[in-house]
Amino acid sequence: MNVRLYIWQRLTAALMVPLVLVHVAVILYATREGMTAADILARTRGSIVWASLYGIFVVAAAIHAAIGVRNVLTEWSPVGDRNAGIFATVLGSSLLVLGLRAVAAVVLS
Amino acid sequence: MSDNRSELTVSLWRGAQRGRYELYSVPLRENQTVLDVVTFVQRHLDSTLSYRFACRVGVCGSCAMTVNGRPRWTCRTHISSVAKRGHLEIGPLENLPIIKDLVTDMRPFFEKWQHAKGVFAPSKTRRDAIEQIKPDSAPRIAVDAAIECINCGICYAACDTVRWNSDYFGPAALNRAWTLVNDTRDAGNAERLQAVAASGGCHACHSHQSCQEHCPQALNPTASIAGLKRRTMSAYLKGEIKV
Repeated sequence: MNVRLYIWQRLTAALMVPLVLVHVAVILYATREGMTAADILARTRGSIVWASLYGIFVVAAAIHAAIGVRNVLTEWSPVGDRNAGIFATVLGSSLLVLGLRAVAAVVLS
Repeated sequence: MSDNRSELTVSLWRGAQRGRYELYSVPLRENQTVLDVVTFVQRHLDSTLSYRFACRVGVCGSCAMTVNGRPRWTCRTHISSVAKRGHLEIGPLENLPIIKDLVTDMRPFFEKWQHAKGVFAPSKTRRDAIEQIKPDSAPRIAVDAAIECINCGICYAACDTVRWNSDYFGPAALNRAWTLVNDTRDAGNAERLQAVAASGGCHACHSHQSCQEHCPQALNPTASIAGLKRRTMSAYLKGEIKV
């Protein structure tokens, strides 16, 4: 890992710390209150706050996971830096697309 | 040792990368070091045994070996502190190619010192006045904490990241780079920070702290590496280095 990847990984980790706490709190609240999918969608649709929160979360997670997996591959597998980089880029892009698609599904009406 | 044994059994690595442990019996003596045991085998039991030592007093850093699974300086390691039930297993250092028996090829270790720009780059000539460095200045305190490395290679042998990533410079080289980063007389920091910020440099460290745990000089290379991470990050964000 070089300094550029290091900064991106630490930055996204720092961003995700509060977001994970919010996410866990949301899960606990939604389940303890017995909210239905319709109840949840009624609150998230059209909400800039939920769109921003989970949008940032998805972008940070995609970058963070891709860099981490790249590191694991370069250290623990025979694939070289280049192939690990290609795999990590594909993985990060997939997570980004899937995650943003899911965010769009709950915030766009 | 608490029992009344008169002999110690010692398994010594024989051969090169491919080899095996062979068993020897050595008289047990008071205040005997691991190096004394290896020397006894070489002088009295098998003169073909190869090993390295020089000073015998923990200064030169040449006698490091793997003793019962841990890298140690053998001249300063007493048998009484490491023998288990009257037995020792002594092998060459890990993470380095074995030349023969207990002797490893230290070239990768020292080449990485070069890659990490672990060489002093003078900023003055012999005609300039000697630079005054206050002992209580922050850079000098940082240097003091890391300067007593004896290049024994124990941290390199103990490091998981070195084991996994052959490009990683290792704790000793980065610790050395950190002492030079804090040396106010040095003029090579732009190149040095560039070198340690690249792949294989300080950001590959996982902070497992095995280097600190095993360093016979009680240094903390992990802390030096953390210092390099902070310094390179700042230099990168200011545009002083590129990767």
